[in-house]
Amino acid sequence: MSDDAGDRVREAVDAVYQSESRRVLATLIRLLGDFDLAEEALHDGFAAAMEQWPRAGVPAKPRAWLVSAGRFKAIDAMRRRARFDASLAEIAQRLESTTDPVNWDGDGIEDDRLRLVFVCCHPALPENAQVAMTLREVCGLTTEEIARAFLTTPPTVAQRIVRAKSKIRDAGIPFQVPERGELAERLDAVLRVIYLVFTEGYAASSGEALTRHDLSAEAIRLGRLLVELLPEPEAEGLLALMLLHESRRAARATPAGELVLLDDQDRSLWNRDLIAEGVARAERALASRRFGPYALQAAIAAVHAEAPTAAATDWAQIAGLYDVLMRADPSPVVELNRAAAVAMRDGPAAGLVLIDAILGRGDLAEYPLAHSARADLCRRLGRTADARASYQRALALTRQEPQRRFLERRLRDLG
Amino acid sequence: MKYLCLIYSDESQWPKLPQSESEKMLVEYREFGEGIKASGHHVAGFRLHPTSMATTVRIRNGKLSTTDGPFAETTEQLGGFYLVEAKDLNEAIQIGSRIPGARVGSIEVRPVWEVPATLPASR
Repeated sequence: MSDDAGDRVREAVDAVYQSESRRVLATLIRLLGDFDLAEEALHDGFAAAMEQWPRAGVPAKPRAWLVSAGRFKAIDAMRRRARFDASLAEIAQRLESTTDPVNWDGDGIEDDRLRLVFVCCHPALPENAQVAMTLREVCGLTTEEIARAFLTTPPTVAQRIVRAKSKIRDAGIPFQVPERGELAERLDAVLRVIYLVFTEGYAASSGEALTRHDLSAEAIRLGRLLVELLPEPEAEGLLALMLLHESRRAARATPAGELVLLDDQDRSLWNRDLIAEGVARAERALASRRFGPYALQAAIAAVHAEAPTAAATDWAQIAGLYDVLMRADPSPVVELNRAAAVAMRDGPAAGLVLIDAILGRGDLAEYPLAHSARADLCRRLGRTADARASYQRALALTRQEPQRRFLERRLRDLG
Repeated sequence: MKYLCLIYSDESQWPKLPQSESEKMLVEYREFGEGIKASGHHVAGFRLHPTSMATTVRIRNGKLSTTDGPFAETTEQLGGFYLVEAKDLNEAIQIGSRIPGARVGSIEVRPVWEVPATLPASR
């Protein structure tokens, strides 16, 4: 075979790897019942493809071919190891007796991906392990990439993944989509992981970079996958929320990396396509009447997105949506945001009363945004000394470099 | 797989429960126990006396040491347990969530150490 033909096959294998490897992995995990075996089988399956496709051509159903080849290699490997571990012989036997998936048409493969999402986001795993497992197994990120994104070391990430896999195996976490009765709680865990990945990418909780675009893009991809596999209103709501946040990415920082508040953003920089999709999805989620906190937050983001100028923002509607959100999912942070909306609707004095009530209870005392929001209202009321004290408090608490510079600017402007 | 469902709650609250409440709880426990026997999940299950009845035993340097009270002082104490047979953790969590004590205390669900099993296949 000529080198050209060899290159073409290699390109074909690469393309199939890009588009299919996560799907093939998910099915292999179900068939083999073990993450590590499945990963090895995936690798072996692709190695076999590199070897055989140049001679035999790319098969008509490459995905099924890879599952079949991977499964065959895994059974083979188990047979060889069975000399040292009798239990493997039994598993190999059981596997071999199940039908070879080579002729199967790919139906049900999407269920395997959904199963994989639910296993990785199982609430019996620690949250940071859920995140690492999802990025590793569902998205195919390397441990190095995950470590870089979360400002930790590859061995730490690797250890989280190893422990999670042991718990999945030893505690008997099943490779299963939860039943209807458990779905709401389990879906919450999945949505939380996806949103955590997004926010980590959108506003790094510490360090120099204000945005780590790749993680946000990964989260949006995950959100799309989930909506496609499981079109629940809250999944759609979360996707809408992420799209609407993402639409403002170009406007939320200056080229020098300085933070720009929503009111001061150049709205011509907002991505209209993302807004249109986000608004449509938010409306669909709300229309379902089974919406929850994500759809409500998306609706709030949509009201902002649809305002032609900051001054034209419909604050009454936003405050009203926060009222509903406070009933659906009460938290001090939601209460703080509601206070800010009330301040815009009824004036800074009304908002300040609400923020002082939150801080007076001791909630959010360590949350820099609560103090900077208070400072802002004091500034607008001309209470300069109070404003300065609250900006300084916020400054002492923030870990985020752009936020720190923003607060310093505000302090300087107070004079 | 076998799972041990450990029932924890603040035992100092038990005596404060009105009699009607504790009787209701007993009825619920009986119904729960009968339910998991009928469904084949039940292996064993017992209520324990409070931790004031506990004795902790250790051997150190070959010498027996016996002390009054539980192994560890905690805000919630082990008050009973069920050993159940379940096909996977999800089913064990389901069973654990139906233990009446889940509503007042917490149920710790622990897999019993067996020959390392593989991940259960989907149904």
